Amino acid sequence: MSAPIKAKHQRLVLVVIALVALIGAGLLAMWALRNQASYFYLPAEMAANPPEAGRAVRLGGMVEAGSLKTDPDGVTIRFTVSDSTARVPVVFKGIVPDLFKEGSGVVAEGRLDPRGQFVADNLLAKHDEKYVPREMKDMTAAQARQTIEETK
Amino acid sequence: MIANLGLAALWLAAALALLQLLAAWRALRMAGAKEGALVRPVAIVQGLLAALAFVCLIAVFCQTDLSVKLVAMNSHSAKPMLYKFAGAWGNHEGSMLLWVTIMGLAGGLVALVERRLPEPTMLATLAAQAFVSLGFYAFLLISSNPFERLDPAAPEGQGLNPLLQDPGLAFHPPTLYIGYVGLSIAFSFAVGALITREVSPAFARAMRPWVLGAWIFLTIGIVAGSYWAYYELGWGGWWFWDPVENASLMPWLAATALLHSASVLAARNALRAWTVMLGVVAFSMSMVGTFLVRSGILTSVHAFAVDPERGSFILGLLALNIGAALVLFALRAATVTEGERFAVTSREGALVFNNVMLTGALGIVLIGTLYPLLAEALGTKVSVGPPYFNPMTAVFVVPMLAVLAVGPLLRWRQDSFARITPMVAIPALLTGAAASVLVLKGMAVLPLLGMALAAGLALAAFMPLRGRKLSRVNLPLWGMIAAHFGVAVALFGMAADSAWTVERLVAVQTGQAVEVGPWKVTLRTIVPVAGPNWTALEGEMEARYKGGDPRMLHPQARAFWAPPQQTSESALATRWNGQLYAVLGEQAEDGRWQLRLWWKPFVTMIWFGGLLIALGGVLALIGRVWSDLKRIIARGKIAYRRERQGR
Amino acid sequence: MSAPAKPSRWALWLPVVLFVGFIALVAVGLWRPASRDVHSAMIGKELPRFDLPPAVPERPGLARGDMLGGKPRLLNIFASWCIPCAAEAQQLEQLRQLGVEVDGVAIRDKQDDLAVFLARNGNPYARIGADPVSKIQFDIGSSGVPESFVVDARGVIRYQHIGVIAPDQVPMILARLKEAEQ
Repeated sequence: MSAPIKAKHQRLVLVVIALVALIGAGLLAMWALRNQASYFYLPAEMAANPPEAGRAVRLGGMVEAGSLKTDPDGVTIRFTVSDSTARVPVVFKGIVPDLFKEGSGVVAEGRLDPRGQFVADNLLAKHDEKYVPREMKDMTAAQARQTIEETK
Repeated sequence: MIANLGLAALWLAAALALLQLLAAWRALRMAGAKEGALVRPVAIVQGLLAALAFVCLIAVFCQTDLSVKLVAMNSHSAKPMLYKFAGAWGNHEGSMLLWVTIMGLAGGLVALVERRLPEPTMLATLAAQAFVSLGFYAFLLISSNPFERLDPAAPEGQGLNPLLQDPGLAFHPPTLYIGYVGLSIAFSFAVGALITREVSPAFARAMRPWVLGAWIFLTIGIVAGSYWAYYELGWGGWWFWDPVENASLMPWLAATALLHSASVLAARNALRAWTVMLGVVAFSMSMVGTFLVRSGILTSVHAFAVDPERGSFILGLLALNIGAALVLFALRAATVTEGERFAVTSREGALVFNNVMLTGALGIVLIGTLYPLLAEALGTKVSVGPPYFNPMTAVFVVPMLAVLAVGPLLRWRQDSFARITPMVAIPALLTGAAASVLVLKGMAVLPLLGMALAAGLALAAFMPLRGRKLSRVNLPLWGMIAAHFGVAVALFGMAADSAWTVERLVAVQTGQAVEVGPWKVTLRTIVPVAGPNWTALEGEMEARYKGGDPRMLHPQARAFWAPPQQTSESALATRWNGQLYAVLGEQAEDGRWQLRLWWKPFVTMIWFGGLLIALGGVLALIGRVWSDLKRIIARGKIAYRRERQGR
Repeated sequence: MSAPAKPSRWALWLPVVLFVGFIALVAVGLWRPASRDVHSAMIGKELPRFDLPPAVPERPGLARGDMLGGKPRLLNIFASWCIPCAAEAQQLEQLRQLGVEVDGVAIRDKQDDLAVFLARNGNPYARIGADPVSKIQFDIGSSGVPESFVVDARGVIRYQHIGVIAPDQVPMILARLKEAEQ
């Protein structure tokens, strides 16, 4: 089809292609990150400046004592995450981590629905997942996550 | 005693690495300097000494020598032997020792067997290897001495952590490490080639088996890690874009690109500077990944996870090694003469496309992994997950896979689409047909693309065999076919999993049945069971596939007592066409049990495909090494005959 | 650059530039104070009410009332199963010898394990309360082990230290304790 590119230009063309692709990748990544990175909110921040509904964010705080209710289906739970100034209602469908209980810390991954309720896809009991013993530093994602799972 | 021997061996190995570096440097500076003859033997002995130190560490772990601090902190006399053994590298110091051992042994092996390259290039390569090794020796001896003594000896070890006692965990890290560190050879070859300005097909051929070997281990490590995450976490997913996972994926992407560009350089003497660059980047990604994971700056926020001294030391090493290599590249690459030319429509053109796309994907993963760090430096806290990684990597991977179907059919240098149209037509038609069927079934975009591509790719992978006599097809070509077919298989598994998975989350009384996809699962009873260091509630479930024979599943909610931790053990029922995945949750107040069930059609194809990819690497490696051996033997025979004739 | 015929030359430095950026970013992340993610919301607040039973027979348990009056104290949250805690023991002992009262809360621990831990690593604690369900840990705003709190004579938390007290941090802890005297 096409003849070999002219001697003088081949390297230039290759460099330009590579640069365009890589810069493109970088720009694409930054653009996507602006939209897709999931920000961390405390209840007060979420109350003062709520993220748009449907956007993936994380919410961290305390599970308010007395707020935990289970729906009749047995797998949907509702509770309130609060800090000293604000409270956010959360609904979660799934198997909760073992250390998740009223009065304990939690990080919920999910999104706000239009009614201001936080729909969680995943709960991380905020406990010793931060405690990473030295020997676990070599663990792979799987192992580390397993450990986190197990320390919950 | 053994600990002292190990420490002595380590010091000696470090000294030899220094000698290796200095001798090689002198020989390079002054043509004909006698020191050049020293380099190869020293490299070999240095590797053996590092290995001896590592064997000593294993020995002190196996006999639980509690006068060694590392043993006292990480082992226990009551541990099963396997875990005492594996405990040697299941900690920071030991894994760093494993790192230098692999580096030393690989360097020694290169010194022993590689005779194709001009001697100055070999000297520069071994000097580079010694330079990198020296940094890690210094790190070990100064701030992470694995043989540090405890006086008085501890009465008992502390490491009886049940979490770390798993056969997979024992052998997974070394597998990944061999992959990471094996790439150091590619790095050293690249630096050696830059220093002596000898970027040639011989350089690519010398480097290729090492890249292949490392890449095989990386592939297996990633596949195993993914399956592990899948069955251990109980979340039903098989890839989470966790920084630790990304740390193993990034060197893999770079090594995959390097393998392909090295084949262009080896066969056609083109892509010269680029291949050198990738050689530098691949090992850099290993070091960056290891650093990000080990320093804890991404995964953990606790002070002791970020040990500032060690983190700074590794960061310094990283900056020195990678920085120096990149500066060298910037200085020398412009003087690397331009390679052979080729048309856009050619095997080279397709491989350039493959490389650019792989590098783009690498950039996406790297940026996504580092972004939380960047955001935090700017004052916001974010996490980056699948909503970013999935579509963004697909942008690069999907076009690459489309070209993958065509590339192997193209001729080197120049070709035309007209010639290969008949071969491409059938897979393309299959892709189109699959896509239209799936559109009618209303599938989402990404799974649809994946599945249609997988169908076309699976067929296209075998197209290079067309018109060849099967008995004459060489092993590397079989390797390529296996690996490309593996890509199609894995892609099919991923698409099937994301498109067809059925999930049920219910609370049931014992005796109640749940339908999930074609399965009917009955929770028969819950029984308490006990293990060596845990108790558990175990669900006894009966699962029938389309009313067939019952299979029993036993998911557990396990509680360990030392240290107190709870885990859920998922249960799997595997069929040829997928897996049933069951997790037992908590008991609700009304006595019902939470169950989470998935029917995941063809999910096992993901790992099966991954293993096929690794198998392709193994076939190619055997083929390459075998033909190298044959050539060495033939050359030896000729030399022998000449000698006899000369007499 | 002297050779405009080779426009690719400047591009060759691009990787170096990107890499320098990476190193800078990571260095910032690495040397930033370790407590960047933890809101020490409890600083300036009073200790929550608690009354923990003794964790080992040879030391009394720990209640909020025990921590009032006299000099400021160091409250150390630890556990025998926590490996970094063993590394911290020496520093705590050093603080004790300097006249600091160190009170401990053992998290999710067992008496036997704890006895072994204290026998091996020394026992700098004046009192050790047992917190088998991590209750106090949550109340006091601690998210891991080890953590230490400087508590003044009125029972107000003045400083929260997350992670191991490293040997070079001992003077800093002493300074915090001194500050808390006012």
